[in-house]
Amino acid sequence: MPMTFAEKVLARKTGKASVRAGEIVTCKPDRLLMHDNAAAITDKVAKDLVEYGVADAEQPVIVLDHVIPASDEKTAANHKKIREFVRKYGIKHFYDVGTGVCHQVMVEKGLVLPGMLAVGSDSHTCSYGAVNAFATGIDRTEAAALLLTGETWFKVPETIRITLKGRLTDLVTAKDLILTIIGQVGADGADYCSVEFSGDIANLTLDDRFVIANMGVEMGAKNAVFPVDEVTKGYLRSIGVNRTAWNAEWADAGATCRRALDYDLAKVIPAVALPHKVDNYRPARELAGTDVQQCLIGTCTNGRASDFAVAARILQGKKVHPRTRLLILPASRAELERALDSGDIQTLVAAGAVLLPPGCGPCLGAHQGCLAPAERCISTANRNFKGRMGCRDAEIYLASPATVAASAITGTITDPRDAT
Amino acid sequence: MRIWAYGDDINTDMLFPGKYTYTCTRPDEIRPHLLEDLDPGFAREVRAGDIILAGRNFGCGSSREQPVVGLKAAGIQAIVAKSFARIFYRAAVNQGLLLVEAPEAVAAYQPGMPIEPDARAGAVNVGGRVYTFPKLPKEILAIREAGGLLEFTRATLKARKGA
Repeated sequence: MPMTFAEKVLARKTGKASVRAGEIVTCKPDRLLMHDNAAAITDKVAKDLVEYGVADAEQPVIVLDHVIPASDEKTAANHKKIREFVRKYGIKHFYDVGTGVCHQVMVEKGLVLPGMLAVGSDSHTCSYGAVNAFATGIDRTEAAALLLTGETWFKVPETIRITLKGRLTDLVTAKDLILTIIGQVGADGADYCSVEFSGDIANLTLDDRFVIANMGVEMGAKNAVFPVDEVTKGYLRSIGVNRTAWNAEWADAGATCRRALDYDLAKVIPAVALPHKVDNYRPARELAGTDVQQCLIGTCTNGRASDFAVAARILQGKKVHPRTRLLILPASRAELERALDSGDIQTLVAAGAVLLPPGCGPCLGAHQGCLAPAERCISTANRNFKGRMGCRDAEIYLASPATVAASAITGTITDPRDAT
Repeated sequence: MRIWAYGDDINTDMLFPGKYTYTCTRPDEIRPHLLEDLDPGFAREVRAGDIILAGRNFGCGSSREQPVVGLKAAGIQAIVAKSFARIFYRAAVNQGLLLVEAPEAVAAYQPGMPIEPDARAGAVNVGGRVYTFPKLPKEILAIREAGGLLEFTRATLKARKGA
């Protein structure tokens, strides 16, 4: 019987010839990601850790990114506790404040590779499907149990297959594509499912694939994944990963899927998700004139050098409108360095942008760039839930870096194709 | 017993705002902020034995477990919804909180109707009519019956050590 991507990875990890959607398996993930929540996770099992230790010091990855640099004494103490845990238990993969957002760090440091199984105590763990990993979010309690046993259970998911055809047009990005897809399938349209993307994916860069996989959870997906091709191989070579380090997986021809969808990339137009749901799709042009008090370009969804390049192209020689403010939030130090080398960060700062440290900051409303009541923000992040940026009476509109850059110039929502 | 009824796509930011995720982790710290941006009266008025009724995709969004930990600590007897988001579903198993996925029961509910879930039978009585819901597979039921994942894990490790 032909198998899906998810069935193949879970069968291999379980040591079985085959598994089927709906089956429950227990196996050992290759990676367990934690971030600032590692302190709360290890607190749950502090005594058990003393007795049993960490099951495998190679499995956990800890990246400090959510509230960095620490915003107050409590978050500072939280970081300190995590550093002490890392030293005490010899955790092999630890990245301190400033390295970047955990998901970007996992990919760019080669900690997740094709065919791997990764779990993380963060819902956007699904991002690693960009490099062909089966990756999914879990809660803190499960992460705590994994530290002790190294294993957990998985229900083998059903699969949704999305075939992409053609090429995106100028100033239309992967963000517009995924907002369009989520708008159509709905916030729960892929609930519990593995979403396989295929077709003309050679036309999508690795950054594009990251954006799409990152937002898989916004349609309820367990994981969202791309096959390995020359683009993936080129990326892995560029970060120094040896070809012998990974084994890619992909669905067999004829594997069962619950639903199959096709998208013509040439037909995608700049999209916006209106408050307070990610599936609240609207063409950007229809929102022209809506004033925005804050613009955010960055986060793990759209904080890479390629995102700043498209924004800089639009903001080159222009100024941020006096009635709005523009925040830049790089996904990692490496991406920030690339955008500095290209001069794009300098262009954005010269236009009036505020550069934030590589981390999560305003995306979850913990600190940096919180909104005031009745304010509107247009953001390249992945969520526009009520209260998400720290204020229940503010509104968040999600869009691409091109749309946010164009909106920063006018102070109103602007289709980048209309920016002059 | 009070029934707290809400709509579709109730996300974890509504159940517990993200701005508190690194400052509130204990149940007593979480409780005052439960449903703060959805229903400001909830945290004050919720009582042990109450039930939450909701539409599709309950618990979507962030993987934060504070909503489940807080609702369990507040004594919520069960959440009855048309469907649940997967990380939330898993988190509920891990904390031993009963989730009832019964779309017909939710559709049939009218204000004032009593709701009585029966986890063992996999059935929920809404206003005198009984609706069934899928029971957990035995592997997962074992986690909930142990009182949650940490209790289950401790028992497993202890047995391994003794063996």
